[in-house]
Amino acid sequence: MIGPILSARHLRVRIGRRDIVRGIAFDVQREQTLGIVGESGSGKSMTVLAATGLLDAPGSVVTGTSVLAAAGDSAPTQLLGASGRLLRTIHGSRIGFVFQDPGTSLNPLLTLERQITESLRTHRGLTRRQARARALELLDAVGLPDPEARLHSYPHQLSGGQRQRVMIAIALACDPELLIADEPTTSLDVTTQAQIIDLIRNLQRDFGTAVIWISHDLGVIGQVADDVTVMRDGEAVEQSPILDVFDRPQHRYTKQLLEARPLIGGPGPPPPADAPVLLDVDGLDVRFPVTTPIGKSIVHAVRDVSFSIRRATTLGLVGESGSGKSTVAAALTGLVKPDAGTATMGGTDVFGVPRAEEKALRRRISLVFQDPFSSLNSRTRVGLAIAEPLFVHRLAKGKRGRQSRVAELLDLVGLPASFASRYPHELSGGQRQRVSIARALAAEPELLILDESTASLDVSVQARVLDLLTQLQCDLRLTYLFIAHDLAIVQRMSHDVLVMRAGEAVEYRPAADLFASPEHPYTRTLLAAVPPARPRAADPA
Amino acid sequence: MTDMRLADEASGDESARVASWRLLLGNPVTTISAVVLVGIVVVALTARRIAPYGTNKIDVADALQPPTGAHWFGTDELGRDIFSRVLLAAHASLQIALASVAFAFVVGVTIGVISGYRGGLLDAVLMRVVDVMFAFPVLLLALAIVAILAPGSATTILAIGIVYTPIFARVARASTLSVRVEPFVAVSRTLGTGHLYILGRHILPNIAGPVIVQTSVSLAFAILSEAALSFLGLGIQPPEPSWGRMLFDAQGFVQRAWWMGVFPGAAIFATVLAFNLLGDGLRDVLDPKQRTMIEARRQR
Repeated sequence: MIGPILSARHLRVRIGRRDIVRGIAFDVQREQTLGIVGESGSGKSMTVLAATGLLDAPGSVVTGTSVLAAAGDSAPTQLLGASGRLLRTIHGSRIGFVFQDPGTSLNPLLTLERQITESLRTHRGLTRRQARARALELLDAVGLPDPEARLHSYPHQLSGGQRQRVMIAIALACDPELLIADEPTTSLDVTTQAQIIDLIRNLQRDFGTAVIWISHDLGVIGQVADDVTVMRDGEAVEQSPILDVFDRPQHRYTKQLLEARPLIGGPGPPPPADAPVLLDVDGLDVRFPVTTPIGKSIVHAVRDVSFSIRRATTLGLVGESGSGKSTVAAALTGLVKPDAGTATMGGTDVFGVPRAEEKALRRRISLVFQDPFSSLNSRTRVGLAIAEPLFVHRLAKGKRGRQSRVAELLDLVGLPASFASRYPHELSGGQRQRVSIARALAAEPELLILDESTASLDVSVQARVLDLLTQLQCDLRLTYLFIAHDLAIVQRMSHDVLVMRAGEAVEYRPAADLFASPEHPYTRTLLAAVPPARPRAADPA
Repeated sequence: MTDMRLADEASGDESARVASWRLLLGNPVTTISAVVLVGIVVVALTARRIAPYGTNKIDVADALQPPTGAHWFGTDELGRDIFSRVLLAAHASLQIALASVAFAFVVGVTIGVISGYRGGLLDAVLMRVVDVMFAFPVLLLALAIVAILAPGSATTILAIGIVYTPIFARVARASTLSVRVEPFVAVSRTLGTGHLYILGRHILPNIAGPVIVQTSVSLAFAILSEAALSFLGLGIQPPEPSWGRMLFDAQGFVQRAWWMGVFPGAAIFATVLAFNLLGDGLRDVLDPKQRTMIEARRQR
């Protein structure tokens, strides 16, 4: 009888006085994938790092058992409390790891050959020539074009998706029995994500590797996992086969996660009553000069993009990284100077505004950024951050007036007035994003630009922030430029959609038409790459 | 102008300031270093009254005495009381260190922040000037300054201040460059906020950490630079004592009279250590994140 490859029992992690993981048990079956899903802070990464003996947090105490099955002539190995020497013979050799950020997981100073052959030479004792041959095989297996030439490349010469492929090649170099994939596709574009998911599934089939796949995204988990563990606050609230989790969720939290996740095909926003055009952009063109050691070059970030936004509606701006969608926002808010094009908003020329009128214009267009951590000054209290537009445009009389306006704005975004005296680090990600929205609303803008404003939030928090934005649009007749890479939330929010690729607008139509019958092949590719609502296991083919 | 007034008004949060003080003094290490510094300052101001002997009371018969009840720190080669001289030198050493670092701080941080924030041609020009200042050997630059002006404590302050300015400019510029591109600064710009408000509210508080560390390190080095200048006859003019001067004088007697070097050295050591520890405490308290952690630790 063949048992599980890794079996953890009563796993607990304590850091200082906090219990991060509270008694988790799981088995990873051979050649199968265990999906671990949970929101940020649920302890999903900690669980797996602890179970594999890789947890290296200061002051952490791990208890329980985690046994790696016998292989060949060796007995089963207890990984918890094992010596560093024993663990080093297992990590990279019997257990491979792929982490979230392919940008920082590779050493920028070493060629790919050095990085891939490192573990082969230490664990397998291969000669340089043998290791090189194996590296070529691996790069070919992970689908990197022209592996021969790539061996001498450095990480910066590869795209994000290619780097993640290299990480996978390194993890699989010694033919491990277990692959740990910790959010391997989270920082990738949706089309790249689809490719990486297929790649890992195919490699798993060919190599017979077991996988633990950690993700916050139920859609991704549905595509890869055979069994699922749903985690919350360091506990496993549900452990079942994938189809049961999707079709017969037992725990309330699992149901909540399933309901909160944005899905393509959901309802759009209610249509506005009457909608005169608020902003009209024509032929926007932005180029950035880039100085490199070999000389100057020009990045053509936005090429001849035109669109208009009607008052009290939302224009969804969709594209993958590098499509130029954030540059559009930067041009509209005066952060970059466009090279060509016009934008008019209620008779004012947005790009050619005279200095004297610039301040008044800035008041009418507000911006909310993606990252709720870095878009607030960590040394400024929430109340003062929200009051900044009030100072700048002198919108409130005296300290009293400002305080009451700040309290009003906090109330508007669903936060208690007492939050004014807090610092950003004392708030959660969702609360910070509400503060950013409150600050953006302080000057009573007509147009709110939301640049990936909900992308870094957990799904349940994201759903609530989206509800808030919809509510605010109705109540205050706000106009949104909603920039996102996630098609499902764009559909949920937008009246019209503009799809961008490599600086160009490829499709611009009313949202309902675009999602019903996408015209451009790129739009279709994007839509096809979104993980389907149903898990792959539900598909008989 | 209005921007500056607004920035001032914005920072007027009295209760927060009181809480910061309480936190700062709640840390025993910081409290001790603050007490030591206050003690040193008091000594510097009252030395003339509390020193048991005069600065230059020569008593050759008593030369090179080890520490005794009459001479706590012993005597030097001219029979002068080292304890009295250490006390009397505190004034000159502290004055020069504080004044020169204050000069370097104000000028350097201003140059650095403007340079880093504005960028472009102005940045290139200012930084080349700073590079040139960096490239000059410290003593050569100081010599040149002293050659133009007359030697004395004001000249010494100016010389050390100018020599330390580029370091502050570099530190402030580097930190400004990284803060300038933070999204919260971009958001502020999209709100139509003026440059002075952005500098005062967003940039300066966020570069405080490295600048404070640089300040406490520089205070330490300024005391030593003053010693070097004095040794060349450019700083404090003998027979007036300074700690650095006394250290250099002790060089020739290391074998025969250890106390000549050890006691002024200990005075420099205590002052520098106190400055550094106070700087660390200040840096932590000024960072709200650290502040929460300190508060949480206290409450346990």
